Amino acid sequence: MQKVDHTKNIIEVKNICFAYEQEDVLKNITLDIHQGDYLGIIGPNGAGKTTLFKIMLGLLKPKTGTVNLFGEDISNFKDWHKIGYVPQKAINFDLNFPATVDDVVLMARYVPGKLFQKTTAEDRKSAEQALRQVEMWQHKDRLIGDLSGGQQQRVFIARALVNNPEVVFLDEPTAGVDKQTQNSFYNILRKLNNETGLTLVLISHDIERVTEEVMHIACVDTTLTCHTSPEEYLKESESTNIMGQKVKIITHHHHN
Amino acid sequence: MLATIFQYGFMVRGLEAGIIVALVAPLIGIFLVLRRYSLVADTLSHVSLAGIAIGLLLGLNPIMTALGISVLSSLGIERLRNSKKISGDTSLALFLSGSLALAVVILSFARNLNANLFNYLFGSIVTVTANDIYTILFLAAVVIIFLLLFFKELVYSTFDEEAAQASGVPTRMVNTVLIILSAITVSLAIPIVGVLLIGALIVIPVVTAIQLRKSFILTIIYAEIISVFSVVAGIITSFYFNLSTGGIIVLIMLAIFVPIFLIKNN
Repeated sequence: MQKVDHTKNIIEVKNICFAYEQEDVLKNITLDIHQGDYLGIIGPNGAGKTTLFKIMLGLLKPKTGTVNLFGEDISNFKDWHKIGYVPQKAINFDLNFPATVDDVVLMARYVPGKLFQKTTAEDRKSAEQALRQVEMWQHKDRLIGDLSGGQQQRVFIARALVNNPEVVFLDEPTAGVDKQTQNSFYNILRKLNNETGLTLVLISHDIERVTEEVMHIACVDTTLTCHTSPEEYLKESESTNIMGQKVKIITHHHHN
Repeated sequence: MLATIFQYGFMVRGLEAGIIVALVAPLIGIFLVLRRYSLVADTLSHVSLAGIAIGLLLGLNPIMTALGISVLSSLGIERLRNSKKISGDTSLALFLSGSLALAVVILSFARNLNANLFNYLFGSIVTVTANDIYTILFLAAVVIIFLLLFFKELVYSTFDEEAAQASGVPTRMVNTVLIILSAITVSLAIPIVGVLLIGALIVIPVVTAIQLRKSFILTIIYAEIISVFSVVAGIITSFYFNLSTGGIIVLIMLAIFVPIFLIKNN
């Protein structure tokens, strides 16, 4: 296991702006994520959280600004295996998709630019290890669509872990699962962060729960409105409680 | 009784072509079905009808003109889809009806072509020449080689396009490869089941195999077994009872699909 150096930034986002058509989605976002960090990104719907994720993962190009991954500009970055990703839509796959748990995890054992890729013994070993980490190895031969929502999410984490990444991005991973499943899910994340020093970046709408779990909170609402510890965040939001309540009611009204 | 079928050269050729097509169709079908692109096969088959009409009009090999036109159109469909100005199924609808209209117009001012047309609409294995077998074999080999080259990319991006992209899969290129291979597969299936029933050949064995809820590789293997069995049984049945080959093949496939679907979903 490598030594975790909390002073070392592995992701540096500087002055990111992004717009769809004329509408600003992100404005002047500057954010560092250090090794071993556990960062929760919160913000209202449509605040640009997923867009920020996609920019950090190289799936979208920002209008202006730079992204550095592991000390390298994103345009030159090649070590994508160092980054695991659990997309928000992962859970919305076709339940009839003919893939076993093993099939799903092995998909991510992909080497860019190499044709005619076959599954090697090493791939299988990595898949086993990743599935054991999320306690899903015993289900490896079951069809992914036959699992419960919580089990499926654990498989998607295993898929994100299969290349031994240094950082994993999770976009709303607990959306639509019950409280108990959420607990075991957060336990796995905490264990990964504590024991292996894995850096985690997590988008969530469940502010109450996230503040209990993470090391840092980043509030995104087109701009970065806070980047602080959960304790500081809670203290501040308490002092602006009335305002916060109002905003909450308005956004709820919009989206229901 | 079976011995007699092999006394006819055209039946042997028909069986050879049929088996090759039966092997290739599910390999493309599994990706089209799982990406909800099933309509792509139908669209490309209508496009290839326009290609056949052009071939008949100009006196060229209709399978080759069908191949050319459907590959070109497949690139057009993909581009239109990527432009995001038009939704995916709308771009398919445009190509489907547009090429059917073109085919009808060409065939209407060359009325003497209509007799031939029936063979291409519903398939006619008796028209398969020895040269056609080589063409079909070559195209099938091209499709299989490219599928093997991009197998991992195709599976990953079919299941989760976004995660695949984040892992470095060139998803746009993979999509283009898939649609070109679909166009080739459609063209080589024309003599067996005809333009109107190609969609069934590509889709039904795969949908049937998916009902069995097995791993990805096993699903492909079951689809292959269903496909080859249906095509061979269909060709033999149509020979002895003098029925439409394409129609019988598709009915056999459905006769396999329906009970499996009912048993698995009850």
